[in-house]
Amino acid sequence: MSRRTITRGRTRDGWLFISPAVAVLAVFLAFPVLMALWVSVSDWRGVGSPFAGDVSFVGLDNYRSILTGGTLAQRDFGTALRNNFYYVLLVVPLQTALALALAALVHAKALRGRGFFRTAFYFPSVTSAVAITVLWLFLFDTRGAVNEVLGWIGLAGPNWFQDPRGILHLGLSAVGVDGAPAAMSGGGFLGITWWDWAAGPSVAMFALILLAVFTTSGTFMLLFIAALNNIGEEIDEAGMIDGANAWQRFWHLTLPMLRPTLFTVLTLGLIGTWQVFDQIYTGTQGGPAKTTVTPAYLSYESAFADQQWGQGAAIAFILFAIIVVLTLVQRAALRSRP
Amino acid sequence: MTIPSPRRALLPLGLTAALTLSACGGSGFEGGSESSGPSGEISVLIGSSGDAETQAVQDAVAAWSEESGVDAEVQVASDLPQQLSQGFAADNPPDVFYVSTDTLAGYANNGSLHAYGSELSNADAFFPSLVEAFTVDDEFYCAPKDFSTLGLVINDKLWQQAGLTEADIPTTWDELAQVAETLTEGDRVGLAFGPEYQRVGAFFPQAGGAMVSEDGTEATVDSQENLEALQFVQGMMQDGTAAYSSDLGAGWGGEAFGKELTAMTIEGNWIAGAMEADFPDVKYTVAELPEGPAGPGTLAFTNCWGIAEASGDKEDAVDLVEFLTTEERQLAFADAFGVIPSVESAADQYAEDRPEFAPFIAGADYAQNPPAQEGAADVIADFNAQLEGLKSGDPAAILASVQQSLQAVVEQGS
Repeated sequence: MSRRTITRGRTRDGWLFISPAVAVLAVFLAFPVLMALWVSVSDWRGVGSPFAGDVSFVGLDNYRSILTGGTLAQRDFGTALRNNFYYVLLVVPLQTALALALAALVHAKALRGRGFFRTAFYFPSVTSAVAITVLWLFLFDTRGAVNEVLGWIGLAGPNWFQDPRGILHLGLSAVGVDGAPAAMSGGGFLGITWWDWAAGPSVAMFALILLAVFTTSGTFMLLFIAALNNIGEEIDEAGMIDGANAWQRFWHLTLPMLRPTLFTVLTLGLIGTWQVFDQIYTGTQGGPAKTTVTPAYLSYESAFADQQWGQGAAIAFILFAIIVVLTLVQRAALRSRP
Repeated sequence: MTIPSPRRALLPLGLTAALTLSACGGSGFEGGSESSGPSGEISVLIGSSGDAETQAVQDAVAAWSEESGVDAEVQVASDLPQQLSQGFAADNPPDVFYVSTDTLAGYANNGSLHAYGSELSNADAFFPSLVEAFTVDDEFYCAPKDFSTLGLVINDKLWQQAGLTEADIPTTWDELAQVAETLTEGDRVGLAFGPEYQRVGAFFPQAGGAMVSEDGTEATVDSQENLEALQFVQGMMQDGTAAYSSDLGAGWGGEAFGKELTAMTIEGNWIAGAMEADFPDVKYTVAELPEGPAGPGTLAFTNCWGIAEASGDKEDAVDLVEFLTTEERQLAFADAFGVIPSVESAADQYAEDRPEFAPFIAGADYAQNPPAQEGAADVIADFNAQLEGLKSGDPAAILASVQQSLQAVVEQGS
């Protein structure tokens, strides 16, 4: 009897202690999310409170207008999804592989000045995204450093941030496929023809992909270093005794033991890349030819520039759904099998 | 004055925007009681082209404060549409602010704007075409602030070097193509302009085309006239005598012109300020845009002084706008940052004072307003995206796709 009372008191105290945190979360997280959810199913036009009497429920109209109907809004959303899809497809594997490689490098005992390299590799991650984006705009200018260097080896670099051509299309035209084959010119998904879906990231988007890999690899390198430090040396030594070479030890011993970290890195990468916004906002504003518009940026534009707050919120929730689904898929794929 | 150039050109503004956004949000909430209270001060939010414009507006507003005894404060927005949207959503907008034609319909239809045109004592003094640009559903919403038209800007030095004289200034499309060819040399092209409807679209009225029908009930993008115009532009680009400023590595036409990457550009009167500030050594001449097969044509851009419906002090706000649109103030603005007054009598005075800018003012007689229906801004953005690929693209396909989007917008509005 007395024990139960004590426990009950504890529960109550527990709630009491976390109540400030719960309150803060409710006010700054739960409430805004619910409010945005309401906006996405209402006809609020950005004036006064969304909960005012003259705002009415419109069901899924906002979702319908960006997902169906062949309208401009739908095409924009399709374009944004395509752009971001290629961005994720390239950034996530590249940044993960690079982060792992850098971590393995600076983890090696033989390397002198490890501290220096760790700092150097991590540096881009602590620099503000805006500053790095501006740096990138200069580097990839038509007459910028990158094209200068390409010039040394006889290559004429593209006009990076002004070039809307998709790199897959460029590759195809190099082998003589210039227009859409009949099977791909008709039909499509979300108002975008299959041929346009197959465009690949534009040259401008590709520069942003390099930017993302450059800035985020350092952060994930840190996670990998921490994980590598947790793997005892004896495991590596056991591998040596079994006669495994360095590559085999890495592939069959180290990498499987990094699986939890790998999952974290891939998940964080996936979430971060689907939400890319600041580089677009400061760097390209969606151009050239909308090839760097992403759903996050489109959501912002719809709401703030076009006063279509419902559509903007709807885009945000669709993006949220995409991220959740992909994370679940990835979790299932990486689950350690017995 | 908001320069209708590609948003990329506003990059530095974007940077400061990111840094000041939080600050602005914060002050917005704190200043709430002040700006919406009836006895509080009038807040003015402007999107400024530079220090000269900011200073001129500040001086004018301060002069009004002194005269009326009402406090007023001018704030410069780093990202005007966003800050306005935030203000409307928070029920705490500035009292007086710049509104561009392409955002007017959106703000008017969601009830953010106070339609005060009928309360203005000087409503008849403005150019009729400007009043029309700021009229939604037969209601004159806001007083035109100033306007700009597009002209052909010619580099004097390069012109002479190519052996051309004043008599060679092009007045027809054929002559334009010819001089552009003469002026093209090495990496330098004869004519460059921004990759957007706001420049390329000037060729439409010259060919007799338009984006929407006169009564605004039908999209007329996909017309033979517009096709002819686009094909002409495309032809010059394919010949290598014309290019987009972005392809030359410049942010807008004025930059390409100032850097002498091109000998001619199509820009508005705002180019004067930019040339003075960034390229004071480049001398230039302004001419009217050459006539197309259907006669002269250009585009007009304008902003107005919007007043928020949620403002607690509309009477004083209207009074301030009346003050800002007096002939005297308009001429002061024109002097300070090179815009053309929206009041006819002031514009005449301006033309007299600056004969070299006469072609811009002459354009007002036949200028076309870009479409301003609600949602049209999106269609124009999409058009611009497609125009970037004009050189190797299919003009007919571009027009057909824009026609479809614009028709949807026009139907929604009527």
